[in-house]
Amino acid sequence: MEIDADAPHSMGTTIIGVTYNGGVVLGADSRTSTGVYVANRASDKITQLTDNVYVCRSGSAADSQIVSDYVRYFLHQHTIQLGQPATVKVAANLVRLLAYNNKNMLQTGLIVGGWDKYEGGKIYGIPLGGTIIEQPFAIGGSGSSYLYGFFDQAWKEGMTKDEAEQLVVKAVSLAIARDGASGGVVRTVIINSEGVTRNFYPGDKLPLWYEELEPQFSLLDIPSSPGPEPMNI
Amino acid sequence: MSKLEFDVPAKGGFSFDLCKRNEMLMKKGVQPPSYRKTGTTIVGLIFQDGVILGADTRATEGPIVCDKNCEKIHYMAPNIYCCGAGTAADTEAVTDMVSSQLQLHRHHTGRESRVITALTLLKSHLFNYQGYVQAALVLGGVDVTGPHLHTIYPHGSTDTLPFATMGSGSLAAMAVFESKYHEGLTRDEGIKLVTEAICSGIFNDLGSGSNVDVCVITKGHKEYLRNHLLPNPRSYVSAKGFSFSKKTEVLLTKVTPLKEKVEIIQSGEAMEE
Repeated sequence: MEIDADAPHSMGTTIIGVTYNGGVVLGADSRTSTGVYVANRASDKITQLTDNVYVCRSGSAADSQIVSDYVRYFLHQHTIQLGQPATVKVAANLVRLLAYNNKNMLQTGLIVGGWDKYEGGKIYGIPLGGTIIEQPFAIGGSGSSYLYGFFDQAWKEGMTKDEAEQLVVKAVSLAIARDGASGGVVRTVIINSEGVTRNFYPGDKLPLWYEELEPQFSLLDIPSSPGPEPMNI
Repeated sequence: MSKLEFDVPAKGGFSFDLCKRNEMLMKKGVQPPSYRKTGTTIVGLIFQDGVILGADTRATEGPIVCDKNCEKIHYMAPNIYCCGAGTAADTEAVTDMVSSQLQLHRHHTGRESRVITALTLLKSHLFNYQGYVQAALVLGGVDVTGPHLHTIYPHGSTDTLPFATMGSGSLAAMAVFESKYHEGLTRDEGIKLVTEAICSGIFNDLGSGSNVDVCVITKGHKEYLRNHLLPNPRSYVSAKGFSFSKKTEVLLTKVTPLKEKVEIIQSGEAMEE
């Protein structure tokens, strides 16, 4: 299989943002692919914009990194000028302005989530064209196609923090199971009035779905294994 | 906004004006010049005291090896080195440019350069050129904040990893790293692992070959081990030490070693106030 090293680095991805009673939970997988090669199996797609606002990145790795770098810089300036922490709405709108005004050149879908004292926990989805839409939960990336039905059924208002996080972890792991461009570990970020908590779920801690097998070490690895019995004829 | 009537674009970026002409020439059978690529296997890993970078030494021009012993580990700062894969001209130019920018920055700030500074300068340059500057880099160094290792892709995206490989031989080298890397490697273990990964690239990838270069960077100290391993010696070296075309018959051999030329500098007059 020819590996095209010149293929743009894209994050196949599954990204999720969910509001709960008191804040938001952001979740993502960790696979960055260059064509069919996994360039980074443990990337962090949930990037900080301010102390209380984070963004989930999907699509072209370069474009999403540059956009979040610019927005972090503008938000920092804005915070200094305003004299208090920026609101999630402002952060999301700054992202939207960059995404919309450069829509011909950028290929990145983002989910902005955070907590501020005026509105509480908020999630804003900013897909490819640069629309901004405030939603109680948002999903994005190639793996999200497999989650629309799941969220229609599983989402409910007023979840607790643990329920919301479990929902996010379950959803990302379901998407990883079905989407080739998503994989690796599940990372979550919980943002509420108390602050920010980062969690990490390695592959073996995730639930197993239909047809998935328990991880099993190869018999070659076990030094004490005597090998198969010789056949008796 | 006034419209500038120039051939060269106003703010960086390439001018694609000649692309149609080139396409027409190619259709007529004119071969485009083949450019030098470093097929390459480049690797980096973080060990307990710092960072180790490794690279092979083959440079190719299409199917031909044009340089059997080129240097792919470029100097960026006294505490930062960068391995480059892709178009040789691009990697050389971009690392040279950023190295100079870092030096100016050191003069302005009076401080040791940081790896993320080099990273940001490289990534914004590469992003501005939208992937046309084909340089894939492994940047490593140790600064006041600790050891760092980053990969930078031609489109401008970066990854921060404990071990990384790039280039055409990256899959072969990554296979070695994935099976043998663990945290807290000692210096010797790290050098051995890097050498193994590069050798895996040299022997299994056609675009990589020749020798192994290694660079070890620790706090306040760096060691550039040029040609640390030479697993591909010339198999047939003529004992005569010279070669003429077949029809020439050698009648007499007389070897005269060149005399060493020593310059004596006249000691000048002592300076007087």
